[in-house]
Amino acid sequence: MSAINASSAVVAGSTICEARNVVLSFGETPALRGADLSVRRGEVLSVMGPSGSGKSTLLHCLAGILVPDSGEVTFDGQRLAAMREEQRSRLRRDRFGFVFQFGQLVPELTAEENIALPLLLGGMRRGEALASARTWFERLELDGLERHRAGEMSGGQAQRVALARGLVAHPDVLFADEPTGSLDSLTGELVMSLMTTSARAEGTTVVLVTHEPRVAAYADREVIVRDGKVTAAVGASR
Amino acid sequence: MALLGLLDREPSHGYDLKRDYDAFFGRERPLPYGQVYATLARLTRDGKAVVGDAEPGAGPDRKRYTISETGKDEVETWLAEPIPAEPHFQTDLFVKVVLSLMLGRRAEEYLDLQRAAHLARMRELTDVKQKGGVVDTLLADHGLFHLEADLRWIDLTEARLVALAEAVAA
Repeated sequence: MSAINASSAVVAGSTICEARNVVLSFGETPALRGADLSVRRGEVLSVMGPSGSGKSTLLHCLAGILVPDSGEVTFDGQRLAAMREEQRSRLRRDRFGFVFQFGQLVPELTAEENIALPLLLGGMRRGEALASARTWFERLELDGLERHRAGEMSGGQAQRVALARGLVAHPDVLFADEPTGSLDSLTGELVMSLMTTSARAEGTTVVLVTHEPRVAAYADREVIVRDGKVTAAVGASR
Repeated sequence: MALLGLLDREPSHGYDLKRDYDAFFGRERPLPYGQVYATLARLTRDGKAVVGDAEPGAGPDRKRYTISETGKDEVETWLAEPIPAEPHFQTDLFVKVVLSLMLGRRAEEYLDLQRAAHLARMRELTDVKQKGGVVDTLLADHGLFHLEADLRWIDLTEARLVALAEAVAA
């Protein structure tokens, strides 16, 4: 575990991730033009906006995958830009979970090995990691698929395995980028329902990027990204 | 028609019909007893239902109603008919946007507020789905898809506001 862990102030509702005036361009193309966003600890936040608005780029900045040209991103009060890449990498492994549009499972590994991956990378013994991974199969309605490989599962099953992999190490924040984008409506609903129920039960903060209102409706509140800036949606949250 | 349809299951008392109507169709607007018995009286008068003899006890619930062949035919016909696929051309949403532009107000602000209100309602309906059974889910889905359609319209309208402002100013 990183040294950051020790400084964690676990206060529900306090800020866990923050972007302040974040600017980032890809070559000549601006993606973020001064984005501000504060994510509260324990909330499920949806980041909405049309395609090309910069919402995925913002998620990648918050997760320390991309480093902004200017502005500041913090996690637990610590500036990500001040960390070495190795520290950011450890932060992503130990404190963050990820779910992307296409599960991105390792095809050579079984479902349980895929789920155990973050634990194995964190140094846990194989037997212990697999045992921990197996506890997710019933919760995510995946019983019997422990030894299946990605190619032997439906899209919805693979995405639930990816979700379990994102949550297995009990991350502080789960970053989900269009997690239902490749699924039909019913399967997408199952994934969203399981994701939000599991995250709330674990106290995990979720940053969910989506362009679908029906997916965003699973969140506690939403913000909208337009032209690289964040508009806080007006109105009551859950 | 919903009451006549419920009566097509089996002969029922007014009380049973009201209970089932409220459970499935009238969750936010329960049917007053007066309306149940007025409807049953009308159905009986029109030959769509037949009222049985009064059973022992007090109150209007002593009578059991049975659907007639005419009533059965009407339910059968009604179930097979699609309802008019009406696009709501002149919704309040539309009127507010156009009037805002005509009056030189910021329609974007109204659209943002409306989007937030729609999303807040969608969150409530999603909660209903997660906590309720399959009937709740079906009802909530109907609301969710309609709200989502409005939201798509809101997004597109926002993208077209400049052109729309020019059109209404002309």
